Amino acid sequence: MLSEKALELIKELDRSKDGKLPAFNEDIIRKVLEEMNTLFQQNQRDVGEAAAGEIRYFPSIHLRHAALDRNKRCLLSYLYNRLERIRTMRWEFGSILPADIRANLCEPEIQWFNRYNKNLASYMRSLGEAGGLDLTQDTKPPKNLYVEVRCLRDYGEWEVEEGDTVVLQKDTTHYLPLAACHHLIRQGVLEQVE
Amino acid sequence: MAVALHYPSYFPSYFSIEDILATNEKVPCKFEKTAHDLGFLDPSGGSKDLEVGTKLELPCWLARALASRRQIVSCQLPKTFRERYREILKADAALVDLHTLSPHFYELGQHLLPLAGPEGTTLGLLLVETLRERLRGIMDTSLNTTEDDAGTRQSKLDQLERSLFLTGRKTFRDHQLWLSRRAHIVTTSHMVTQHNKRKFSEVS
Repeated sequence: MLSEKALELIKELDRSKDGKLPAFNEDIIRKVLEEMNTLFQQNQRDVGEAAAGEIRYFPSIHLRHAALDRNKRCLLSYLYNRLERIRTMRWEFGSILPADIRANLCEPEIQWFNRYNKNLASYMRSLGEAGGLDLTQDTKPPKNLYVEVRCLRDYGEWEVEEGDTVVLQKDTTHYLPLAACHHLIRQGVLEQVE
Repeated sequence: MAVALHYPSYFPSYFSIEDILATNEKVPCKFEKTAHDLGFLDPSGGSKDLEVGTKLELPCWLARALASRRQIVSCQLPKTFRERYREILKADAALVDLHTLSPHFYELGQHLLPLAGPEGTTLGLLLVETLRERLRGIMDTSLNTTEDDAGTRQSKLDQLERSLFLTGRKTFRDHQLWLSRRAHIVTTSHMVTQHNKRKFSEVS
């Protein structure tokens, strides 16, 4: 059946949810494009005939055209949904993606990610009066400026804003400004203790 | 009824993965006009063209495109939406395993409406009634099952119901958090947790 290759791309995305991103499947994309090319050329040929008055070709033209549309939709949807996912990852993982996820991006996607990063950063700098506003901070309304946190893995020495350093060792607890350690909590290095 | 060449009902959007998967379900069709040079689409027929009267199962997207304007094919409803299954659903919709029957039951049903012809009204009513019958149970279980049970509870739901179920669970959890005054606590982001879990299982 036509457009089956294109559907494989969509199925692949559907299977990998929850922060996974399958490797960019250039192979199938090329095959889909080849199929589209063939369909297009056959249609061009038949349209030529049809223009000369051969009505009997219309059903085939129509069918191929529908398949072309379908392929186009699958391809665009594949690219779009991957970008959506990469964008969500910027907010979940922060400005640097884990290496194994980054390895699954194709070159234009990496460029897009970098540009998105840059846009977001300059937008956040432009907000507010004093030096911008970090939108990734305070995703939940904070109750205190300082919070008690427990360290979940060895992270090594870490510098708090004022220049003090803390050694983040597994299973130690600290009392730190939330603004400074917020992203470490999000990254799973620290855990907030109530 | 006039149907545009590009039917506009991409739900919820043109890029929707769910919608693309739903429109891939097969619909039994019969060719009313000969399609030249497309004989390869019918694996059982050996001829070069698709002759008038050839019966083929076409994916819903193709069936809709071909049935709409020139009426190149005529369609039947897939068996899930035919009389026999309609009776089963009417008898007790809440007990049916919709996931095995048709994982995109409601979405596909909506896409089939223009193809259903005189049965359109019955089909429309069937969709609404089925959801209405089942919704109470879905809502009840989504708010009252333990984490362990959630998986088995979901297994008989179609895609739409599943998303309702999960939304119900999420709001329930958020409400519980708020009641116990823990809503302000910052937690590790969901994707990071999943990612770490996978990394951990690969190492060990």
